[in-house]
Amino acid sequence: MTNALEIKHLVKSFGDLEVIKDVSLSAKQGDVICIIGSSGSGKSTLLRCINLLEMPNSGQVLVNGELIKMTVDKNDQACPSDHKQVDRIRTKLAMVFQSFNLWSHMTVLQNVIEAPVHVQKIDKNQAIESGKKLLAKVGITEKADQYPSNLSGGQQQRVAIARALAINPDILLFDEPTSSLDPELVGEVLKVMKSLAEEGRTMIVVTHEMGFAKEVASKVIFLHNGHIEEQGTPEEIFNTPKSERLKKFLYSNIEG
Amino acid sequence: MNYLDLLSLGDTGWGDEMLLGALMTILVSLSAMAIGLFFSIFATMAKLSSSAISRSIGNIYTTIVRGIPELLVIYLLYFGANNAIMGIAKGVFGYNQYIELPVFFIAALAVGLISGAYSTEVIRGAFLAVPKGQIEAAQSVGMHKFLIFHRILVPQVLRFALPGLGNVWQLTLKDTALIMVTGLVEIMRQAHIAAGSTHEPFTFYITAALLFLTLSSASSRVLNIAENWANKGIRRA
Repeated sequence: MTNALEIKHLVKSFGDLEVIKDVSLSAKQGDVICIIGSSGSGKSTLLRCINLLEMPNSGQVLVNGELIKMTVDKNDQACPSDHKQVDRIRTKLAMVFQSFNLWSHMTVLQNVIEAPVHVQKIDKNQAIESGKKLLAKVGITEKADQYPSNLSGGQQQRVAIARALAINPDILLFDEPTSSLDPELVGEVLKVMKSLAEEGRTMIVVTHEMGFAKEVASKVIFLHNGHIEEQGTPEEIFNTPKSERLKKFLYSNIEG
Repeated sequence: MNYLDLLSLGDTGWGDEMLLGALMTILVSLSAMAIGLFFSIFATMAKLSSSAISRSIGNIYTTIVRGIPELLVIYLLYFGANNAIMGIAKGVFGYNQYIELPVFFIAALAVGLISGAYSTEVIRGAFLAVPKGQIEAAQSVGMHKFLIFHRILVPQVLRFALPGLGNVWQLTLKDTALIMVTGLVEIMRQAHIAAGSTHEPFTFYITAALLFLTLSSASSRVLNIAENWANKGIRRA
Protein backbone atom coordinates (compact mmCIF):
# COMPACT_ATOMS: atom_id res chain seq x y z
CA MET A 1 0.00 0.00 0.00
CA THR A 2 1.32 3.45 -0.87
CA ASN A 3 2.15 5.78 1.97
CA ALA A 4 -0.24 8.64 2.59
CA LEU A 5 2.73 10.97 2.75
CA GLU A 6 6.32 10.51 1.86
CA ILE A 7 9.12 13.03 2.15
CA LYS A 8 12.46 12.20 0.59
CA HIS A 9 15.71 14.06 1.24
CA LEU A 10 14.05 17.40 1.77
CA VAL A 11 16.35 20.42 1.99
CA LYS A 12 15.26 23.97 2.68
CA SER A 13 17.39 27.03 3.21
CA PHE A 14 16.64 30.66 3.75
CA GLY A 15 19.53 32.44 2.07
CA ASP A 16 22.67 30.87 3.45
CA LEU A 17 20.90 29.37 6.42
CA GLU A 18 20.04 25.72 5.89
CA VAL A 19 16.93 25.13 7.96
CA ILE A 20 16.03 21.61 6.86
CA LYS A 21 18.94 19.29 6.12
CA ASP A 22 18.06 16.16 4.20
CA VAL A 23 14.94 15.06 6.06
CA SER A 24 13.04 11.97 4.98
CA LEU A 25 9.92 10.62 6.61
CA SER A 26 6.82 8.72 5.69
CA ALA A 27 3.33 8.37 7.09
CA LYS A 28 0.98 5.50 6.49
CA GLN A 29 -2.76 5.94 6.35
CA GLY A 30 -3.97 6.60 9.91
CA ASP A 31 -0.56 7.51 11.32
CA VAL A 32 -0.29 10.35 13.78
CA ILE A 33 3.21 11.72 13.53
CA CYS A 34 4.23 14.24 16.13
CA ILE A 35 7.22 16.42 15.36
CA ILE A 36 8.88 17.82 18.46
CA GLY A 37 11.98 19.91 18.96
CA SER A 38 13.08 23.23 20.36
CA SER A 39 12.19 26.45 18.55
CA GLY A 40 14.41 27.02 15.56
CA SER A 41 14.80 23.31 14.96
CA GLY A 42 12.89 23.63 11.68
CA LYS A 43 9.69 21.82 12.67
CA SER A 44 7.28 24.41 11.29
CA THR A 45 9.35 24.91 8.15
CA LEU A 46 9.32 21.18 7.52
CA LEU A 47 5.53 21.13 7.87
CA ARG A 48 5.13 24.15 5.60
CA CYS A 49 7.31 22.49 2.95
CA ILE A 50 4.82 19.64 2.75
CA ASN A 51 2.03 21.79 1.29
CA LEU A 52 4.47 24.17 -0.38
CA LEU A 53 3.78 27.22 1.74
CA GLU A 54 7.57 27.12 1.75
CA MET A 55 9.32 25.90 -1.36
CA PRO A 56 11.81 23.15 -0.58
CA ASN A 57 15.15 23.70 -2.33
CA SER A 58 15.47 20.04 -3.13
CA GLY A 59 13.95 16.72 -2.24
CA GLN A 60 10.60 15.19 -2.99
CA VAL A 61 7.15 15.26 -1.46
CA LEU A 62 4.71 12.51 -2.41
CA VAL A 63 1.07 12.61 -1.39
CA ASN A 64 -0.77 9.31 -1.83
CA GLY A 65 2.14 8.28 -4.00
CA GLU A 66 1.81 11.33 -6.28
CA LEU A 67 5.01 13.33 -6.61
CA ILE A 68 4.63 17.10 -6.40
CA LYS A 69 6.45 18.23 -9.53
CA MET A 70 9.01 20.94 -8.88
CA THR A 71 11.16 23.06 -11.13
CA VAL A 72 13.25 26.23 -10.83
CA ASP A 73 12.12 29.70 -11.89
CA LYS A 74 14.17 32.30 -13.76
CA ASN A 75 15.81 33.44 -10.52
CA ASP A 76 16.91 29.89 -9.83
CA GLN A 77 14.40 29.55 -7.01
CA ALA A 78 12.55 26.31 -6.50
CA CYS A 79 8.90 26.49 -7.52
CA PRO A 80 6.16 24.06 -8.48
CA SER A 81 6.04 23.23 -12.17
CA ASP A 82 2.29 22.70 -12.18
CA HIS A 83 0.24 25.10 -10.06
CA LYS A 84 -2.95 23.23 -10.79
CA GLN A 85 -1.40 20.09 -9.36
CA VAL A 86 -0.37 21.99 -6.25
CA ASP A 87 -3.87 23.40 -5.75
CA ARG A 88 -5.32 19.95 -6.21
CA ILE A 89 -2.90 18.30 -3.81
CA ARG A 90 -3.42 21.05 -1.26
CA THR A 91 -7.06 20.03 -0.97
CA LYS A 92 -5.72 16.65 0.16
CA LEU A 93 -3.55 18.33 2.80
CA ALA A 94 -5.47 20.59 5.11
CA MET A 95 -3.51 22.76 7.50
CA VAL A 96 -4.29 24.14 10.92
CA PHE A 97 -2.15 27.13 11.88
CA GLN A 98 -0.73 28.38 15.12
CA SER A 99 -2.57 31.69 14.77
CA PHE A 100 -5.83 30.16 13.43
CA ASN A 101 -5.86 32.40 10.34
CA LEU A 102 -9.62 32.40 10.02
CA TRP A 103 -10.89 34.80 7.36
CA SER A 104 -12.07 37.67 9.48
CA HIS A 105 -14.65 39.04 7.03
CA MET A 106 -16.56 35.78 7.00
CA THR A 107 -18.74 34.18 9.64
CA VAL A 108 -17.74 30.89 11.22
CA LEU A 109 -19.96 28.92 8.85
CA GLN A 110 -18.80 30.92 5.83
CA ASN A 111 -15.20 30.12 6.77
CA VAL A 112 -16.02 26.44 6.83
CA ILE A 113 -17.91 26.29 3.52
CA GLU A 114 -15.61 28.63 1.56
CA ALA A 115 -13.26 26.04 0.11
CA PRO A 116 -15.88 23.33 -0.45
CA VAL A 117 -18.06 25.77 -2.38
CA HIS A 118 -15.46 27.78 -4.29
CA VAL A 119 -12.59 25.32 -4.71
CA GLN A 120 -14.32 21.98 -4.77
CA LYS A 121 -17.54 23.32 -6.36
CA ILE A 122 -19.79 21.47 -3.96
CA ASP A 123 -23.42 22.54 -3.91
CA LYS A 124 -23.82 25.34 -1.38
CA ASN A 125 -26.72 23.84 0.54
CA GLN A 126 -24.93 20.56 0.78
CA ALA A 127 -21.77 22.37 1.96
CA ILE A 128 -23.77 24.22 4.61
CA GLU A 129 -25.25 20.97 5.83
CA SER A 130 -21.90 19.22 6.13
CA GLY A 131 -20.33 22.43 7.51
CA LYS A 132 -22.87 22.46 10.33
CA LYS A 133 -22.10 18.84 11.09
CA LEU A 134 -18.41 19.65 11.32
CA LEU A 135 -19.12 22.59 13.61
CA ALA A 136 -21.14 20.27 15.82
CA LYS A 137 -18.26 17.86 15.83
CA VAL A 138 -15.86 20.52 17.13
CA GLY A 139 -18.54 21.83 19.50
CA ILE A 140 -19.15 25.27 17.96
CA THR A 141 -22.70 24.86 16.64
CA GLU A 142 -24.10 27.89 18.42
CA LYS A 143 -21.44 30.22 16.99
CA ALA A 144 -22.06 29.43 13.32
CA ASP A 145 -23.19 32.94 12.44
CA GLN A 146 -20.65 34.81 14.55
CA TYR A 147 -17.52 36.42 13.19
CA PRO A 148 -14.16 35.00 14.28
CA SER A 149 -13.32 38.13 16.29
CA ASN A 150 -16.19 37.29 18.67
CA LEU A 151 -14.71 33.90 19.52
CA SER A 152 -12.10 32.86 22.04
CA GLY A 153 -8.80 31.49 20.79
CA GLY A 154 -9.81 27.93 21.55
CA GLN A 155 -13.07 28.35 19.70
CA GLN A 156 -11.31 29.94 16.73
CA GLN A 157 -8.89 27.06 16.54
CA ARG A 158 -11.73 24.55 16.64
CA VAL A 159 -13.38 26.43 13.77
CA ALA A 160 -10.06 26.29 11.93
CA ILE A 161 -10.04 22.53 12.43
CA ALA A 162 -13.60 22.32 11.08
CA ARG A 163 -12.52 24.43 8.09
CA ALA A 164 -9.63 22.05 7.48
CA LEU A 165 -11.90 19.01 7.73
CA ALA A 166 -14.43 20.58 5.36
CA ILE A 167 -12.29 19.94 2.29
CA ASN A 168 -12.28 16.27 3.26
CA PRO A 169 -8.49 15.98 3.27
CA ASP A 170 -6.45 12.80 3.42
CA ILE A 171 -3.86 14.33 5.70
CA LEU A 172 -4.18 16.98 8.39
CA LEU A 173 -1.20 19.19 9.08
CA PHE A 174 -1.10 20.92 12.46
CA ASP A 175 1.41 23.71 12.97
CA GLU A 176 1.70 24.22 16.74
CA PRO A 177 -2.09 24.41 17.04
CA THR A 178 -2.12 25.18 20.75
CA SER A 179 0.92 27.42 21.07
CA SER A 180 -0.94 30.72 20.95
CA LEU A 181 -3.75 29.64 23.25
CA ASP A 182 -4.25 30.50 26.88
CA PRO A 183 -3.43 27.45 28.99
CA GLU A 184 -7.04 26.86 29.99
CA LEU A 185 -8.08 26.70 26.32
CA VAL A 186 -5.47 24.18 25.20
CA GLY A 187 -7.46 21.20 26.46
CA GLU A 188 -10.53 21.78 24.30
CA VAL A 189 -8.42 21.87 21.13
CA LEU A 190 -6.37 18.81 22.08
CA LYS A 191 -9.58 16.93 22.78
CA VAL A 192 -10.84 17.58 19.26
CA MET A 193 -7.47 16.54 17.82
CA LYS A 194 -7.50 13.37 19.86
CA SER A 195 -10.95 12.45 18.57
CA LEU A 196 -9.69 12.95 15.00
CA ALA A 197 -6.76 10.64 15.68
CA GLU A 198 -9.17 8.05 17.06
CA GLU A 199 -11.16 8.25 13.81
CA GLY A 200 -8.03 7.04 12.07
CA ARG A 201 -7.13 10.28 10.32
CA THR A 202 -3.60 10.75 9.11
CA MET A 203 -2.09 13.66 11.02
CA ILE A 204 1.25 15.39 11.07
CA VAL A 205 1.43 17.47 14.22
CA VAL A 206 4.14 19.95 15.13
CA THR A 207 3.65 20.46 18.83
CA HIS A 208 5.06 21.38 22.20
CA GLU A 209 2.41 19.31 23.95
CA MET A 210 4.45 16.32 25.09
CA GLY A 211 1.43 14.79 26.82
CA PHE A 212 -0.48 14.77 23.54
CA ALA A 213 2.45 13.29 21.64
CA LYS A 214 2.93 10.59 24.27
CA GLU A 215 -0.72 9.64 24.28
CA VAL A 216 -1.80 9.99 20.65
CA ALA A 217 1.22 9.70 18.36
CA SER A 218 2.01 6.56 16.45
CA LYS A 219 5.45 7.97 15.75
CA VAL A 220 7.40 10.81 17.32
CA ILE A 221 10.12 12.65 15.45
CA PHE A 222 12.65 14.75 17.32
CA LEU A 223 14.04 17.45 15.07
CA HIS A 224 17.24 19.22 15.96
CA ASN A 225 18.97 21.83 13.80
CA GLY A 226 17.05 20.77 10.74
CA HIS A 227 17.69 17.05 10.83
CA ILE A 228 15.97 14.11 12.47
CA GLU A 229 17.99 13.47 15.58
CA GLU A 230 15.85 10.63 16.77
CA GLN A 231 12.54 8.97 15.91
CA GLY A 232 10.46 6.15 17.26
CA THR A 233 7.32 5.19 19.08
CA PRO A 234 6.25 7.46 21.93
CA GLU A 235 7.57 4.85 24.40
CA GLU A 236 10.98 4.82 22.75
CA ILE A 237 11.20 8.60 22.55
CA PHE A 238 9.86 9.49 25.97
CA ASN A 239 10.91 6.51 28.05
CA THR A 240 14.18 5.42 26.50
CA PRO A 241 15.63 8.39 24.65
CA LYS A 242 19.04 7.58 23.18
CA SER A 243 20.60 10.89 22.12
CA GLU A 244 21.87 13.36 24.70
CA ARG A 245 20.08 16.21 22.92
CA LEU A 246 16.71 14.50 23.16
CA LYS A 247 17.29 13.71 26.84
CA LYS A 248 18.16 17.33 27.47
CA PHE A 249 15.16 18.54 25.46
CA LEU A 250 12.74 16.25 27.29
CA TYR A 251 14.23 17.16 30.64
CA SER A 252 13.81 20.91 30.06
CA ASN A 253 10.30 20.44 28.68
CA ILE A 254 9.08 18.32 31.54
CA GLU A 255 10.64 20.75 34.00
CA GLY A 256 9.22 23.72 32.10
CA MET B 1 -31.20 93.57 -2.25
CA ASN B 2 -31.27 91.43 0.83
CA TYR B 3 -29.76 87.98 1.21
CA LEU B 4 -32.85 86.05 0.20
CA ASP B 5 -33.39 88.17 -2.92
CA LEU B 6 -29.79 87.71 -3.94
CA LEU B 7 -30.18 83.98 -3.65
CA SER B 8 -33.64 83.62 -5.08
CA LEU B 9 -34.22 81.33 -8.00
CA GLY B 10 -35.01 82.85 -11.36
CA ASP B 11 -33.70 85.75 -13.38
CA THR B 12 -32.97 88.23 -10.63
CA GLY B 13 -31.40 85.96 -8.01
CA TRP B 14 -28.31 83.77 -8.08
CA GLY B 15 -29.81 80.81 -6.26
CA ASP B 16 -30.34 78.63 -9.31
CA GLU B 17 -26.88 79.44 -10.66
CA MET B 18 -25.30 78.50 -7.34
CA LEU B 19 -27.21 75.21 -7.28
CA LEU B 20 -26.08 74.46 -10.81
CA GLY B 21 -22.54 75.20 -9.66
CA ALA B 22 -23.01 72.72 -6.84
CA LEU B 23 -24.22 70.14 -9.33
CA MET B 24 -21.08 70.74 -11.39
CA THR B 25 -18.94 70.35 -8.27
CA ILE B 26 -20.61 67.03 -7.55
CA LEU B 27 -20.13 65.83 -11.13
CA VAL B 28 -16.47 66.82 -11.24
CA SER B 29 -15.83 65.28 -7.82
CA LEU B 30 -17.47 62.00 -8.72
CA SER B 31 -15.65 61.79 -12.04
CA ALA B 32 -12.35 62.73 -10.41
CA MET B 33 -12.80 60.16 -7.66
CA ALA B 34 -13.63 57.47 -10.21
CA ILE B 35 -10.64 58.42 -12.38
CA GLY B 36 -8.49 58.50 -9.25
CA LEU B 37 -9.61 55.05 -8.13
CA PHE B 38 -8.92 53.74 -11.60
CA PHE B 39 -5.38 55.15 -11.50
CA SER B 40 -4.83 53.98 -7.96
CA ILE B 41 -5.63 50.36 -8.76
CA PHE B 42 -2.81 50.29 -11.30
CA ALA B 43 -0.49 52.37 -9.14
CA THR B 44 -1.11 50.05 -6.17
CA MET B 45 -0.39 47.00 -8.30
CA ALA B 46 2.76 48.71 -9.55
CA LYS B 47 3.88 49.63 -6.06
CA LEU B 48 3.28 46.13 -4.70
CA SER B 49 4.81 44.47 -7.73
CA SER B 50 7.90 42.34 -7.47
CA SER B 51 9.40 44.16 -10.44
CA ALA B 52 11.63 47.08 -9.51
CA ILE B 53 10.66 49.01 -12.65
CA SER B 54 6.94 48.81 -11.86
CA ARG B 55 7.61 49.86 -8.29
CA SER B 56 9.52 52.93 -9.36
CA ILE B 57 6.83 53.95 -11.87
CA GLY B 58 4.26 53.76 -9.07
CA ASN B 59 6.51 55.69 -6.74
CA ILE B 60 7.26 58.40 -9.30
CA TYR B 61 3.54 58.98 -9.80
CA THR B 62 2.64 59.31 -6.13
CA THR B 63 5.76 61.28 -5.25
CA ILE B 64 5.35 63.86 -8.00
CA VAL B 65 1.63 64.37 -7.64
CA ARG B 66 1.69 64.52 -3.86
CA GLY B 67 4.84 66.59 -3.87
CA ILE B 68 3.66 69.59 -5.86
CA PRO B 69 0.75 71.92 -5.04
CA GLU B 70 -2.65 70.85 -6.37
CA LEU B 71 -3.10 74.16 -8.18
CA LEU B 72 0.13 73.56 -10.05
CA VAL B 73 -0.98 70.08 -11.09
CA ILE B 74 -4.12 71.62 -12.53
CA TYR B 75 -2.18 74.32 -14.42
CA LEU B 76 0.35 71.83 -15.73
CA LEU B 77 -2.35 69.53 -16.97
CA TYR B 78 -4.52 72.34 -18.34
CA PHE B 79 -1.76 73.80 -20.45
CA GLY B 80 0.19 70.59 -20.92
CA ALA B 81 -2.70 68.44 -22.12
CA ASN B 82 -3.77 70.91 -24.80
CA ASN B 83 -0.21 71.31 -26.00
CA ALA B 84 0.30 67.58 -26.04
CA ILE B 85 -2.89 66.97 -28.01
CA MET B 86 -2.00 69.70 -30.49
CA GLY B 87 1.51 68.30 -30.79
CA ILE B 88 0.14 64.86 -31.54
CA ALA B 89 -2.42 66.25 -33.97
CA LYS B 90 0.27 68.16 -35.80
CA GLY B 91 2.91 65.46 -35.73
CA VAL B 92 0.75 62.48 -36.54
CA PHE B 93 -2.14 63.92 -38.53
CA GLY B 94 -0.64 67.16 -39.83
CA TYR B 95 -3.54 69.08 -38.27
CA ASN B 96 -2.54 72.67 -37.56
CA GLN B 97 -5.57 74.26 -35.92
CA TYR B 98 -5.93 75.17 -32.29
CA ILE B 99 -7.48 72.37 -30.26
CA GLU B 100 -8.90 72.70 -26.81
CA LEU B 101 -9.93 69.70 -24.76
CA PRO B 102 -13.25 70.01 -22.91
CA VAL B 103 -12.60 71.85 -19.67
CA PHE B 104 -14.67 69.37 -17.73
CA PHE B 105 -12.45 66.56 -18.95
CA ILE B 106 -9.26 68.33 -17.97
CA ALA B 107 -10.66 69.32 -14.59
CA ALA B 108 -11.79 65.79 -13.76
CA LEU B 109 -8.50 64.38 -15.00
CA ALA B 110 -6.40 66.84 -12.98
CA VAL B 111 -8.28 66.37 -9.75
CA GLY B 112 -8.45 62.64 -10.50
CA LEU B 113 -4.68 62.47 -10.79
CA ILE B 114 -4.32 64.13 -7.40
CA SER B 115 -7.03 62.07 -5.77
CA GLY B 116 -5.57 58.89 -7.28
CA ALA B 117 -2.17 59.50 -5.74
CA TYR B 118 -3.71 59.69 -2.28
CA SER B 119 -6.02 56.74 -2.93
CA THR B 120 -3.00 54.71 -3.97
CA GLU B 121 -1.42 55.12 -0.58
CA VAL B 122 -4.68 54.23 1.14
CA ILE B 123 -5.26 51.11 -0.94
CA ARG B 124 -1.65 50.00 -0.68
CA GLY B 125 -1.85 50.26 3.10
CA ALA B 126 -5.11 48.30 3.08
CA PHE B 127 -3.53 45.50 1.03
CA LEU B 128 -0.64 45.27 3.46
CA ALA B 129 -3.06 45.21 6.39
CA VAL B 130 -4.58 41.89 5.36
CA PRO B 131 -2.86 39.34 7.61
CA LYS B 132 -0.49 37.14 5.63
CA GLY B 133 -1.74 34.12 7.55
CA GLN B 134 -5.18 34.49 6.00
CA ILE B 135 -3.63 34.30 2.55
CA GLU B 136 -1.69 31.19 3.57
CA ALA B 137 -4.87 29.64 4.94
CA ALA B 138 -6.49 30.23 1.57
CA GLN B 139 -3.52 28.70 -0.26
CA SER B 140 -3.55 25.73 2.06
CA VAL B 141 -7.09 24.76 1.05
CA GLY B 142 -6.17 24.92 -2.62
CA MET B 143 -7.49 28.36 -3.56
CA HIS B 144 -5.75 29.73 -6.63
CA LYS B 145 -4.49 33.30 -6.99
CA PHE B 146 -7.59 34.80 -8.56
CA LEU B 147 -9.89 33.17 -6.02
CA ILE B 148 -7.74 34.43 -3.15
CA PHE B 149 -7.77 37.88 -4.68
CA HIS B 150 -11.50 38.25 -5.00
CA ARG B 151 -12.73 36.11 -2.10
CA ILE B 152 -10.17 36.96 0.59
CA LEU B 153 -8.22 40.08 -0.39
CA VAL B 154 -10.71 42.42 -2.03
CA PRO B 155 -13.43 42.27 0.67
CA GLN B 156 -10.88 43.00 3.37
CA VAL B 157 -9.00 45.63 1.38
CA LEU B 158 -12.29 47.44 0.78
CA ARG B 159 -13.08 47.39 4.44
CA PHE B 160 -9.64 48.58 5.49
CA ALA B 161 -9.52 51.21 2.76
CA LEU B 162 -12.98 52.72 3.21
CA PRO B 163 -12.21 55.20 6.01
CA GLY B 164 -9.11 56.40 4.16
CA LEU B 165 -10.94 56.62 0.85
CA GLY B 166 -13.66 58.61 2.59
CA ASN B 167 -10.97 61.05 3.57
CA VAL B 168 -9.69 61.19 -0.01
CA TRP B 169 -13.24 61.87 -1.18
CA GLN B 170 -13.55 64.87 1.12
CA LEU B 171 -10.20 66.18 -0.16
CA THR B 172 -11.28 65.59 -3.73
CA LEU B 173 -14.50 67.47 -3.14
CA LYS B 174 -12.55 70.46 -1.84
CA ASP B 175 -9.86 70.25 -4.51
CA THR B 176 -12.48 70.85 -7.15
CA ALA B 177 -12.65 74.45 -5.91
CA LEU B 178 -9.23 74.95 -7.47
CA ILE B 179 -10.45 74.12 -10.95
CA MET B 180 -12.22 77.46 -11.09
CA VAL B 181 -8.95 78.62 -12.65
CA THR B 182 -9.82 76.63 -15.75
CA GLY B 183 -13.07 78.53 -16.11
CA LEU B 184 -15.31 75.60 -15.32
CA VAL B 185 -18.33 76.98 -13.50
CA GLU B 186 -18.60 75.07 -10.28
CA ILE B 187 -19.47 76.41 -6.83
CA MET B 188 -16.33 78.49 -6.42
CA ARG B 189 -16.32 79.98 -9.90
CA GLN B 190 -20.03 80.76 -9.67
CA ALA B 191 -19.58 82.47 -6.31
CA HIS B 192 -16.74 84.49 -7.79
CA ILE B 193 -18.88 85.59 -10.75
CA ALA B 194 -21.85 86.46 -8.55
CA ALA B 195 -19.65 88.30 -6.07
CA GLY B 196 -18.15 90.38 -8.87
CA SER B 197 -21.45 91.27 -10.43
CA THR B 198 -23.34 92.11 -7.23
CA HIS B 199 -20.48 93.52 -5.14
CA GLU B 200 -21.59 91.24 -2.34
CA PRO B 201 -18.59 88.92 -2.07
CA PHE B 202 -19.20 87.83 1.50
CA THR B 203 -22.75 86.72 0.79
CA PHE B 204 -21.68 84.50 -2.04
CA TYR B 205 -18.58 83.09 -0.47
CA ILE B 206 -20.50 82.19 2.68
CA THR B 207 -23.09 80.55 0.43
CA ALA B 208 -20.30 78.62 -1.29
CA ALA B 209 -19.02 77.55 2.13
CA LEU B 210 -22.49 76.35 3.14
CA LEU B 211 -22.84 74.41 -0.09
CA PHE B 212 -19.48 72.69 0.44
CA LEU B 213 -20.40 71.92 4.05
CA THR B 214 -23.70 70.43 2.97
CA LEU B 215 -21.98 68.24 0.39
CA SER B 216 -19.30 67.06 2.77
CA SER B 217 -21.63 66.31 5.66
CA ALA B 218 -24.01 64.46 3.37
CA SER B 219 -21.12 62.40 2.09
CA SER B 220 -19.86 61.58 5.57
CA ARG B 221 -23.30 60.17 6.33
CA VAL B 222 -23.11 57.91 3.31
CA LEU B 223 -19.56 56.92 4.21
CA ASN B 224 -20.58 56.03 7.75
CA ILE B 225 -23.24 53.71 6.46
CA ALA B 226 -20.76 52.15 4.06
CA GLU B 227 -18.19 51.67 6.80
CA ASN B 228 -20.68 50.02 9.11
CA TRP B 229 -21.60 47.66 6.34
CA ALA B 230 -17.99 46.88 5.50
CA ASN B 231 -16.89 46.47 9.10
CA LYS B 232 -18.90 43.36 9.75
CA GLY B 233 -16.73 41.09 11.83
CA ILE B 234 -14.31 43.69 13.08
CA ARG B 235 -14.22 44.12 16.78
CA ARG B 236 -14.42 47.79 17.69
CA ALA B 237 -11.52 48.88 19.83
